[in-house]
Amino acid sequence: MAKKIVAAVIGAAVMGIGAQAAQADTLSDVKAKGFVQCGVNGSNLAGFGAQDSAGNWSGLDVDLCKAVAAAVFGDATKVKYTPLSAKDRFPALQSGEIDMLARNTTWSTSRDSQLGFDFRAVNYYDGQGFMVKKELGVKSALELSGASICVQSGTTTELNLADYFRANNMDFKPVVFEAQDEADAAYNAGRCDAYTTDASGLYSIRLKMANPDDHMVLPEIISKEPLGPAVRQNDSKWLDVVSWSHYAMVAAEEFGINQENVEEMKKSANPDIKRFLGEEADSTLGADLGLPKDWAVQIVKAVGNYGDSFERNVGQGSPLKIDRGLNALWTKGGLQYAPPIR
Amino acid sequence: MAIADARTGSGDPPKVSLLYNPALRSYVYQIVTIVVIAWVIWYAWHNASQNLARANMTAGFGFLNSRAGFDVAQSLIAYSSDSTYFRALQVGLINTLVVSAAGIVTATIVGLLVGIGRLSQNWLIARLCTVYVEIFRNIPPLLVIFFWYLGVLALLPSIRTIFQHLEENPDAVFFISNRGIYMPAPVFGEGFGYVLTAFAIGIVAAIAFAIWANARQRATGKRPPVLMVSLGLIVLMPVVVFLFAGMPLSLDYAIPGSFNMRGGMSIGPEFLALFLALSLYTASFIAEIVRAGIRGVAKGQTEASYALGLRPGQTTRLVVLPQALRIIIPPLTSQYLNLIKNSSLAVAVGYADLVAVGGTILNQAGKAIEIIAIWMLVYVSISLVTSLFMNWFNAKMALVER
Amino acid sequence: MSDISYVRERFIPAESPPISDASAYGWIRRNLFASWSDSVLTIVAILAILYYLPPAIDWLFLSAVWTGTDRTACLTVDQGGALPTGWSGACWAYVGDRFVQFMFGSYPRDQLWRPLLVAAVFVALLVPFLIPRVPRKGLNALLLLVGLPIFAYILLLGGRFGLRHVETSLWGGLMVTLILSFVGIVISLPAGILLALGRRSQMPILKTACIVFIELIRGVPLITVLFMASVLLPLFLEPGNNIDKFLRALIGVSIFASAYMAEVIRGGLQAIPKGQYEAADALGLNYFHKMTFIVLPQAIKLVIPGIVNTFIGMFKDTSLVTIISMYDLLGVVKASFGDSGWITPVTPLTGLIFAGFVFWLFCFGMSRYSAFVERRLDTGHKR
Repeated sequence: MAKKIVAAVIGAAVMGIGAQAAQADTLSDVKAKGFVQCGVNGSNLAGFGAQDSAGNWSGLDVDLCKAVAAAVFGDATKVKYTPLSAKDRFPALQSGEIDMLARNTTWSTSRDSQLGFDFRAVNYYDGQGFMVKKELGVKSALELSGASICVQSGTTTELNLADYFRANNMDFKPVVFEAQDEADAAYNAGRCDAYTTDASGLYSIRLKMANPDDHMVLPEIISKEPLGPAVRQNDSKWLDVVSWSHYAMVAAEEFGINQENVEEMKKSANPDIKRFLGEEADSTLGADLGLPKDWAVQIVKAVGNYGDSFERNVGQGSPLKIDRGLNALWTKGGLQYAPPIR
Repeated sequence: MAIADARTGSGDPPKVSLLYNPALRSYVYQIVTIVVIAWVIWYAWHNASQNLARANMTAGFGFLNSRAGFDVAQSLIAYSSDSTYFRALQVGLINTLVVSAAGIVTATIVGLLVGIGRLSQNWLIARLCTVYVEIFRNIPPLLVIFFWYLGVLALLPSIRTIFQHLEENPDAVFFISNRGIYMPAPVFGEGFGYVLTAFAIGIVAAIAFAIWANARQRATGKRPPVLMVSLGLIVLMPVVVFLFAGMPLSLDYAIPGSFNMRGGMSIGPEFLALFLALSLYTASFIAEIVRAGIRGVAKGQTEASYALGLRPGQTTRLVVLPQALRIIIPPLTSQYLNLIKNSSLAVAVGYADLVAVGGTILNQAGKAIEIIAIWMLVYVSISLVTSLFMNWFNAKMALVER
Repeated sequence: MSDISYVRERFIPAESPPISDASAYGWIRRNLFASWSDSVLTIVAILAILYYLPPAIDWLFLSAVWTGTDRTACLTVDQGGALPTGWSGACWAYVGDRFVQFMFGSYPRDQLWRPLLVAAVFVALLVPFLIPRVPRKGLNALLLLVGLPIFAYILLLGGRFGLRHVETSLWGGLMVTLILSFVGIVISLPAGILLALGRRSQMPILKTACIVFIELIRGVPLITVLFMASVLLPLFLEPGNNIDKFLRALIGVSIFASAYMAEVIRGGLQAIPKGQYEAADALGLNYFHKMTFIVLPQAIKLVIPGIVNTFIGMFKDTSLVTIISMYDLLGVVKASFGDSGWITPVTPLTGLIFAGFVFWLFCFGMSRYSAFVERRLDTGHKR
């Protein structure tokens, strides 16, 4: 009996050491298990990560998950979603419960370094704003001194809010909530004068209000919130796959490739497009990433180009009707810019 | 024959296989326990360190000294976003203690009244108390908190309505809105220290008088009027001093600010919802305990006391309650502990208790293990201290058997 | 001689009792107006009832809206609906519209027969189990406590036998509340017995381990245990694991319930007279037989009310999983407050009253049943 236990302990120790020696390689793990486990917004944030009554997920972040699955497997349905709250999201990624986090998460230095994540691509450039009831007659965030402000706890939003009021020598009463829907309900019930979160979120929440037209989003944007997918640190292969999946969507928009014309475009004479779509004879672009040759084609077929995804989820094709703004292509004055795919 | 066989076989003690040796078995079981526990701890520790290393994170409590960066709505000690995480946790702990203490006092009073009410001869009162107990005992406390917060307090007049009300009645000083209750705050002027001193002296003197009164009662059989004298010492004396010191107290009224009331004292709806829910929920359990305690005192005790010539009030105070308390205190302790633990539901309405603040830090600093360890340590300590106090009180109340 | 009788031959008809004793007047006099202070209390109580009850009934039933398809049904004219200004009442139309969601969460609508079938089997097994006269309790308990969980696991989760896989993230509503509390009960009862026996054993290390576990878990709020299960558990397991979130909540609830159950059972063990243990030893029973045949049956019978109270507590406590963003009954109801289809000032109150009523129904039922069993099992051993 005792021998067996000793053997078991030693065995476990050896296994542990073995595991430690192995290099983190999420791409191989994902290929082995046959799907991507993607952490998304669990509080039904329309436009980014939301589930309909039949249980289907949609949103800009969800499209990125699908794009990664399409790139790896050629099948956008090979994704499993883990709905996460602001509080769950980082432990979920740290513990390996999810492979990637696409949950409108702000890229910041401390998250990149201290929390042990890696960010690279930004799939939505956002900034924090304020929403107020029109009847208050407030026209600027600088008039909010002394106001009660609803905010979700444990977010960069909460920190920016404190910093902004401090910097402008104003005071405020924070009304802090664990979950976004609680904050929505409290704002709606008049518990606070203003609601603050990422501007994109404000538009989404405004839609949920009884009368969206009674509320307005103030012009000030008080922070930079580059939202992008995060993966665990020291796993550059996987980081490459996730980031280039996003860049492929942007590049597709630059090239004018969309879901309808992607097959025709394969015959294009443009060498950039041919290379992008894996039609170049001896191209190793896909293989070097650890992906099939036609990875970009699969992404475009699955979710379309970035512009399509944007318009479908948050832009004019959606109830949110958010302008492209910072998220327009760099050629059109925005910040969305794909590094050259070659 | 069989007996004879047994006799011939006797002489040596029966040979028992080592497998059935109780002492050895006990050792084996315990070694297995140790090995299993050690393995579980090692396994968890090993994986955690590996997971943390993989994510390039460090464990440790050093982060407590970093700047918190977030604001806390309800704080009784000086706190700003420049304070440290440690300070934020202190704020949370104090808030936990405040709401628990307030809840315990209210729950005890309400529970006592309802418990006695259920035993009342008055049919209507007894039924009403039963309905109260049966409703609150069978509904989750979290739901009661939401009920107060979303269902009742949120429907109170908005702050704009209060502003209008104030324009029409400029003399109003007390307001109830969906942002909380506003009332004037006392401002202590110079010389208020004398009043406090008088109050402290009054309490000490009252205790001394009670001790003297007890001794005198034992010696002469006459009981001096303890209650009246104590009231005089504790209440009247400070009032007199207050008047002589020139009434060094003014009131700071709440006045309309740009968005909220400014000045005065306010109690937020988050605190109110939590406080009301905890008190009323726990009171329903305390009522049952009180009822069982009073019914546990044999009727003969009351009758014997009447036979001795004690009046009903004296009977309750001197005969029934001391005996009932012995039955009541142990379960009462666990109800107090439950209330303290349930105060962690604050997180649901955003009252900044230990769990809510810790949750924010957990997320801002990403220190899950440390924060959860702090939570457990604090709650276990609070539970231990409360248990120790109640055990002491119980021992003091226990029947001294001769 | 003979016409003088000393014994009355006919009964005198009984006098009716004095009016102060028998009539309604007497009853009122005794129970409501026995003394001055009693009278004052009664009058205050009657006034309070008259003041609060009619508006409450009006709000709940008379003014309530029973039909409608979206929020306009429950809004007044100035809020954008059709009801007169100043109206306030329950919006039962909203509960009706969301009823399926409150019961099953986002469980695929075309697969609802699966939870319904599980519920039917549950009721079919539970009812005979609760009626004392029905025979074959052992088989019944085995089916209910072991068979049903396996059956429910296969049917609800799917993914085999040609059933569609339904992720637990789609589960919700009353279904989740019932599953969490039922599994908690099934696990906590044996685990609690083991812990209680461990705590009372002679082996110091085993004993200490059980005491530390029980007191640690009982000393902290359920939320921290749930946080531990949902946030820390993945960190403590091998990298790359993926424990289902639902399973994590189950683990948290079960651990918590086991510690409380252990203390209840320990109370029962302590109440068994020492003579019972000694008699069992004298009969030559080993520890296992002593416990299963002599001690535990008596001990558990003694603490059945305590066990049911723990069940009731656990049933109520499952509502806390809302805080780790799972959607039990309370969570689903609360999430629906933010649903733009039904945002009205009266939605939260209506939803909470509905959820409260469902919770109350279950808890009250359990406590009544516990009182019934207590009376039935009262074999006069109580001291």
